[in-house]
Amino acid sequence: MAFAAFATAEAQPQAPRKKSRIALFLLLPGILYLVLFFLTPLVSLVLTSLQAPREFGDIGQYDYAFNWQNYVDVVEAYWPHILRSFGYALAATVLALAFSYPLAYFIGVKARRWPLLQSLMLVLVIAPFFISFLLRTLAWKQILSDESFIITSLKALSLMAPDAHFTGTPFAVIFGLTYNFIPFMTLPLYTTLERLDLRYLEAGSDLYANPFTVFRTVTVPLSMPGIVAGTLLTFIPAAGDYVNASRDFLGGPDTQMMGNVIEANFLVLLNYPAAAALSIILMAAILVLVGVYVKRSGTEDLL
Amino acid sequence: MTVSIREFAERGADLELVGIQKRFPGFTAIEELDLTIPAGSFFALLGPSGCGKTTTLRLVAGLEEPTRGRILIGGTDVTSTKAHQRPVNTVFQSYALFPHMSILENVGFGLKRRRIADAEARAHEALRLVELDHLAQRRPAQLSGGQQQRVALARAIVNRPALLLLDEPLGALDLKLRRQMQLELKSIQEEVGLTFLHVTHDQEEAMTMADTVAVMNKGAIEQMGAPEELYELPRTTFVANFLGQSNLFTGEVVGTTDTAITVDVQGTPVIVPTARAARHQGEVTIGVRPEKVALHRDAPASSAERNLIGPGRVIDVSFSGVSTQYLVAVPGIGTLTVFAQNIGFGPVAAEGAEVWISWQVEHGFGLEDEPGEAARFPADTDTRSIAAQRRDALVAELEEH
Ligand SMILES: Nc1ncnc2c1ncn2[C@@H]1O[C@H](COP(=O)(O)OP(=O)(O)O)[C@@H](O)[C@H]1O
Ligand SMILES: [Mg+2]
Repeated sequence: MAFAAFATAEAQPQAPRKKSRIALFLLLPGILYLVLFFLTPLVSLVLTSLQAPREFGDIGQYDYAFNWQNYVDVVEAYWPHILRSFGYALAATVLALAFSYPLAYFIGVKARRWPLLQSLMLVLVIAPFFISFLLRTLAWKQILSDESFIITSLKALSLMAPDAHFTGTPFAVIFGLTYNFIPFMTLPLYTTLERLDLRYLEAGSDLYANPFTVFRTVTVPLSMPGIVAGTLLTFIPAAGDYVNASRDFLGGPDTQMMGNVIEANFLVLLNYPAAAALSIILMAAILVLVGVYVKRSGTEDLL
Repeated sequence: MTVSIREFAERGADLELVGIQKRFPGFTAIEELDLTIPAGSFFALLGPSGCGKTTTLRLVAGLEEPTRGRILIGGTDVTSTKAHQRPVNTVFQSYALFPHMSILENVGFGLKRRRIADAEARAHEALRLVELDHLAQRRPAQLSGGQQQRVALARAIVNRPALLLLDEPLGALDLKLRRQMQLELKSIQEEVGLTFLHVTHDQEEAMTMADTVAVMNKGAIEQMGAPEELYELPRTTFVANFLGQSNLFTGEVVGTTDTAITVDVQGTPVIVPTARAARHQGEVTIGVRPEKVALHRDAPASSAERNLIGPGRVIDVSFSGVSTQYLVAVPGIGTLTVFAQNIGFGPVAAEGAEVWISWQVEHGFGLEDEPGEAARFPADTDTRSIAAQRRDALVAELEEH
């Protein structure tokens, strides 16, 4: 997809200047939508993040100010959570990619001859969406709880220490993140692999490349658009996730991510400026990371 | 001789296909194929679309497994060798240039895989050969079809494989470039002594380039031989009509001598040398090439050296500069084609004129297949023009430009 876009982009003649008014008109609904649902909350968030506590006010009472110190404070207070968020998200993205790529390759390439099998497997990939994300995560909490069959068996087999837990550990949180975002990784990968022209792979093997080299030098680069789309769709929401890491689900006190901290500041500590500053930091960090990533992977035309 | 893929081939390797059959689910693409291509030869596989040419190449390249039979390259059985380990390169019909690599990376791909020193310099050299070195940094999508085809050629040739497979490699080129590339390919092949297996549906291309041409039809080889041999003495109706055009007649053999047979064609005796006829009794199909036939305005005296048919009526005259093609309807026999060189000014007979046609007895040929089936093969665009344009003619033409 990306390559095709790349190829046609140059061939297309420049749109005549006088058409720009019409283009603007056509873009109007989109611009209005952005202003209403993106810019407005964003401006409000920025303003909130700079608020200062009201003098002699109650807890949760703030006034508009230019208190950029908020940012310094939250970074000082929460830098482990910030790092942890990106660490967990990265681990979950890598795991999801490792799991999804073979799966998507099978559905999109190997199963081409059997369209029925293809559709069936795609339905299975999407099937979890029919049940709420919260319920599924709670179910995992049950399945992996200390009293569960799996954990008791593992302990009986001495594969786990008798006093060890699975829930509440970083592994559980990363597992939950991976599990929850696998469909977002699999579907874009499937879309590119499904259209992969196998003649390129044949040309590779005709030119002395063994199967692994063909995979590394032909298949992977040609499926890059799917890899980039899938990793972004996994990494961005995973970095901001607050369900999996929450104490009520798979997390524990030591696994809190930025989402949990933002939630706590907003809903429990009523420290709105801190929560807003954290949100802005999260957003900016993701933007920078994604920008660098897309630049490096050479798929700018995807954006 | 065993052929390693780690180094450049010193010389071509011979290819042997033994009892090859290829079945796809529900379709047999190749029924039974036996073929030996000597090392260092330029072999053309000629046949209409869908006759199994690409399938044959894919079997040799290792991209497809034969249902039955063996494949030997340079004496080594490679039937179960993986594609990447065969000392073979292919110029694909669809080019299959890697879209994510530059032209230079495409051409250098095979060299890199084999860890050959100064891959880049060699890739540049191959690109210069196809006159595309100035586009080395472009992507395939930024090239025209003909340019892509030349890159595909460079990408295969640069590896100097013992056996080069070319699947209609010149199909997308315009006439002048095609001729130039034909010469280029031929000289590369001769220079290095590689074995070329060239697949084409263009009979002219096959005849100008190849030492040996095999005519393929419906998954089997109909006839194989040197181009002039195939042209002058076709063995089957298919070959007679696919390779150039032919006037074919059917009739009973009514007389046999040591040197010739006489066939009764609707009451007209037609003589064919025994040595040039595959069947010597019963119903036979005989023929003669249109350019061997002479057109007469008046009934010529009958002679033992010439077959004479007529009178007939000219029903179509098409003037093409060098020659004129006449269609002559002879009652009871059908429509015959005559090519005449334009030695004088313009056509010698007008539409509607009454004419006789004759040819030398030794120019006739007798086919081996049962008469009665399809005596006439529907001419398509590839087979319309008469071929036999030799390489020298090509050279001369190119030098003029
Ligand atoms: N993978 C396949 N499955 C089924 N039929 C095939 C397959 N590949 C080729 N064929 C059939 O085999 C025949 C020969 O094809 P091909 O070798 O490509 O012909 P061509 O002489 O034009 O190159 C065609 O009728 C084609 O439809
Ligand atoms: Mg073909």
